[in-house]
Amino acid sequence: MSAETMRTFAELGPYLTILVGAALPTHIWRWLGVLFAGKLDEQSELFTWVKAVATALVAGVIAKLILFPTGPLATLDVTIRALAAAAGFGAYVASGRRLALGVLVGELVILGGWLMLR
Amino acid sequence: METSDTANVPARAWFLRGASHLFSLPAFVLIGAQIGFAALAREAGFSLGQALLLTLAVWALPSQVVFVGIVGSGASLPAVMLAVGLSAVRFMPMVMSWTPVVRTPQTPRWLLLFMSWFVAVTAWVFAMAHLPDMPRKARLPFFAGFAICLTVMNAAVVGLAYLVIGAVPPMIAAMLVFLTPIYFLMALWGAARAHADRFALGLGLVLGPVFTILAPQIDLLAAGLIGGTLAYGLGRLVRKPLR
Repeated sequence: MSAETMRTFAELGPYLTILVGAALPTHIWRWLGVLFAGKLDEQSELFTWVKAVATALVAGVIAKLILFPTGPLATLDVTIRALAAAAGFGAYVASGRRLALGVLVGELVILGGWLMLR
Repeated sequence: METSDTANVPARAWFLRGASHLFSLPAFVLIGAQIGFAALAREAGFSLGQALLLTLAVWALPSQVVFVGIVGSGASLPAVMLAVGLSAVRFMPMVMSWTPVVRTPQTPRWLLLFMSWFVAVTAWVFAMAHLPDMPRKARLPFFAGFAICLTVMNAAVVGLAYLVIGAVPPMIAAMLVFLTPIYFLMALWGAARAHADRFALGLGLVLGPVFTILAPQIDLLAAGLIGGTLAYGLGRLVRKPLR
C-alpha cells in the first residue's frame, strides 16, 4: 500500500474508512431516493421527469467513462473510444436490440484500435 | 392445479425467478467490469478484504473506482466523502423512480430502504425494463432475487479475480473497463419507456462532458437536472407512442 493511501487510512483504518468514505456517501442518496419518493405515482408526470433526470445523470456517467477514462483505456485515442461506442450502439439498434452484438462490435473496435494504432 | 394465473405464486417463487436472470448478458457484462475493478484495487495496493468490503458495502462501480483513485492520491477523509458523494448523486432520482415501481401499499419503508442498497445501474435498468409488465406483488421479490444474487455473485467474482488473476494485460484491462459504458448505453436505450427517456439519454451524453469542462465539481448533477428537464419538455411535445 502506498504512502498516500496510508495517509487517508491513518485516522480510521482501512475498513472504517471504506464504510465512512465510500459506503455512507453512496447510500445517503439511495435513502433520500426512498424518502423523497413519498407518494410518487408511477403514472404521474413528476415520475416521468424524475426518471428523465436519472437517465440523463447515468448518460452523463457513460459519456465521462468514454471521454475521460482512467487507467489503460485512457491510453487509447479518444476517437477510437467514441467510434467504438457509436459502432456498438449502432449495431445494437440496427440488429433489433441485440445486446451481445452491440457489446461484441464495440469491443472489437477497441481491440482493433489497440492492435493497430498504439 | 397449475394455471397461467400468476396471482397465487408465492414471493419465494418470484425471488427464484428473479435470481434465474443471473445467467444473462447484463450479469456477465457486469462481472467483466467487476473483474476490471478487482485488478484496479489490487494494483492500488488494496487487500482482498478491502476490495470485497468496497464491492459489498458500496455496490456502485463508479463510486468504488472513484474511491480507489482518490484514496491513492492521499486525499483527506472529507475530500474522499465529497468526491464519492458527488459521483453517487444519480442514485437519488434512480431510487425515486424505482420506488413507485416496486412497492405495494403494504410495503414497509424499512424494506425499501434496505432494498435500495442493491439498486445500481444494472439492476435499475433490469427493474425498469421488466417490472412494469409484472403483477405488483411480484415486483419486489423478483427484484430482490435478481439484485441480491447479482451483488453476492459479483462480490465472489471480485474475490476470485483478485486471487486468481495476477496483473491483467493492459489491452484486456482496457476492454474490461470499456464494458461498463458500452453496456450502460444500450441498456438505457432498452429501458426507455417514454420519449423523455431517450431524449434524456442523448442530452446526458452531450451535457455530461460539457459540464465536466464548465463546472467539474457539479457536472453530473447539472447534466442530470438540465438534460432531464429538457428531455421531459421535449417528450411532452411528441404525441405518438414509443416504439
